[in-house]
Amino acid sequence: MAQQLLEVTDLHTQFFTRDGVVRAVDGVSFEVAAGETLGIVGESGCGKSVTALSLMRLIPVPPGKIVKGTIMFDGADVLKMDDDEVRGIRGNNIAMIFQDPMTSLNPVLTISRQISEALELHLKMDKSEARKRTIELLDLVGIPSAKKRADDYPHQFSGGMRQRVMIAMALSCNPKLILADEPTTALDVTIQAQILDLLKNLAREFRTAFILITHDLGVVAGMTQRIHVMYGGKIVEKADTGELFANPKMPYTWGLLRSIPRLDERRKAKLVPIEGLPPDLIAPPPGCRFEPRCQYRRDICREKEPELVHIPNSKPDHEARCWGTQQGGWLVDTDWHKEVGDTRIIEEIKQEVAQLPPEPKPGDVPPPPAI
Amino acid sequence: MAVTTPTKPADPDYVRIRSTATIDSGKNLLDVKALKMHFPLTQGIIFQRQVGAVRAVDGIDFFVEKSETLGLVGESGCGKSTTGRAILQLYKPTAGQVVFDGVELTRLGGEQMRKMRRRMQMIFQDPYASLNPRMTVGNIIGEPIEVHNLAKGKEKTERVQELLRVVGLNPYFTNRYPHEFSGGQRQRIGIARALAVEPEFIVCDEPISALDVSIQAQVINLLEELQDRFKLTYLFIAHDLSVVRHISDRVAVMYLGKIVELADRVDLYERPLHPYSQALLSAVPIPDPAIESKRKRIILTGDVPSPVNPPSGCRFHTRCWKAQQICSEVDPEFIEHETRHWAACHFPGA
Repeated sequence: MAQQLLEVTDLHTQFFTRDGVVRAVDGVSFEVAAGETLGIVGESGCGKSVTALSLMRLIPVPPGKIVKGTIMFDGADVLKMDDDEVRGIRGNNIAMIFQDPMTSLNPVLTISRQISEALELHLKMDKSEARKRTIELLDLVGIPSAKKRADDYPHQFSGGMRQRVMIAMALSCNPKLILADEPTTALDVTIQAQILDLLKNLAREFRTAFILITHDLGVVAGMTQRIHVMYGGKIVEKADTGELFANPKMPYTWGLLRSIPRLDERRKAKLVPIEGLPPDLIAPPPGCRFEPRCQYRRDICREKEPELVHIPNSKPDHEARCWGTQQGGWLVDTDWHKEVGDTRIIEEIKQEVAQLPPEPKPGDVPPPPAI
Repeated sequence: MAVTTPTKPADPDYVRIRSTATIDSGKNLLDVKALKMHFPLTQGIIFQRQVGAVRAVDGIDFFVEKSETLGLVGESGCGKSTTGRAILQLYKPTAGQVVFDGVELTRLGGEQMRKMRRRMQMIFQDPYASLNPRMTVGNIIGEPIEVHNLAKGKEKTERVQELLRVVGLNPYFTNRYPHEFSGGQRQRIGIARALAVEPEFIVCDEPISALDVSIQAQVINLLEELQDRFKLTYLFIAHDLSVVRHISDRVAVMYLGKIVELADRVDLYERPLHPYSQALLSAVPIPDPAIESKRKRIILTGDVPSPVNPPSGCRFHTRCWKAQQICSEVDPEFIEHETRHWAACHFPGA
């Protein structure tokens, strides 16, 4: 295997709130090779964005804190660096593209000023060089008449154009790794297609490694080489992209794939949803995080948490966190397309949802009445 | 008491409204004719003069049949939500007619319209913003029941509890506040509120786009179950084409204030006639790497033009790969090219 660009080991990021400790990222390990595109898929609250922010050391302290783990980037541990060293890496070697391009651009500075800032700071360019490079970058990401538009303000750009500016900004210092956190979620389908096309070409051209974070399985299918599925602060399945879609080995991944209607398939009479609610990360389930919503569960799932291990009948680097699908489990030969699980358990899960949320605590007061 | 199949109310006013404003009748529950909704742009502080208009909806025609689901898709800013609101008269349309079960809504007065609203309800996109945080769930769902004098006291409470049960929540949640619930549960409360007055027609304005992937399917299934159970008619507004295909019987595609194509689900998804529909369909990512690697995408260049100065002729011609001279000059008519398959394009088809 190629030299790893990024190696994350046993990362734990927690938020200390009044209600308790939120274990947003709870023991995540993965690696990214130079030039590779890795997809991280999960629902909101599964810890995928917090993972990305942890890599950049952008977790607000307090309330957040990276309590454990190492992040080796290019041979150095990001978590051991002081603030100056981290600033030298941020935007320079690791760049980030955020979900909402409106809130992540400064509304009172021109586009050229915002992109030049990084160039002047990291690459020590002077003003005119930086401006020239800015215009080149805007051209590269497909902004028409870049020379003129460089002096515009963010509000003069449409959503898709702003996202292009964000990408230009991320590319400005030729980073080795770009973290794209839901880069197309706020955009329309036709604009999403444009932006994904652009990212794909850039990844190929510059050999930049990408971590693409999204909730949309469709987006990662065409963009990535490997995919990690996250649930409740943990990685629950790792596989390369083709393998994950052809031969998924975790009931949560099955649920995700089953619950979305697909344009390429015959219309189903009824969708098969994942019942239940996402886990509470202050008091996560003691065993498998997915156990409360899993229609294949058994007693062991509630008692003991499974490890992320290699799964029989799959490619060598395919790992999943499930008692049922691992060696000797009861789901090894399950055809997830046909066997949707025990109806009795599904009814149980529905009942549990109807019982939630728990009774309000004595200190839990309703919002004040209107004045 | 139970939530029963809605029947025509034996309300004397209802009969009166019907007789004064009858225009059309037939199997269509809703007929929208040449509907326009323009929002004025003004300048000046004291003397405001109109300098233009956002032509959010600019002359659309469609109909919704009883007990069907019409999907309305398009990108943000194309006027799909405005259409939904203009139908319910939450905006006063600039021009055109909205005929609901034979009654022309745009000419009704406040009190008559209020009575009509009992039969048509809305489910909103954002389950966080559309529930009053200072009201209990019981009050939120009970309010429409009270406003329309459908039940009082103990009967009302029972009815609220029954509604909560119908949408899959615990009936004893009535004293809780919205902040105690998750997004998916709040959307269920919003649905229960819409059902409270036993409507016939519900405008679902992006009801699932604010929800998590794993919760979306739960809500879609719930909406389908309720439709079967209460014989509801839906106008389902969404930007996600795969969800719209799943839930709709017919689909309308909007672009910049106009409906560019309207057809039965199968026809639209298998033989889209308008180039914009074709581009939209090809832009949807498919969760299968084998298909994704082989797929040819139509990638539209540029952005949606501003609805303040829409392009001349066909509004799509600035982004269309088939555009010819005529497209920038003549606005194509909305024609039935195949049976029940309308499109507005000079060069329809593949």
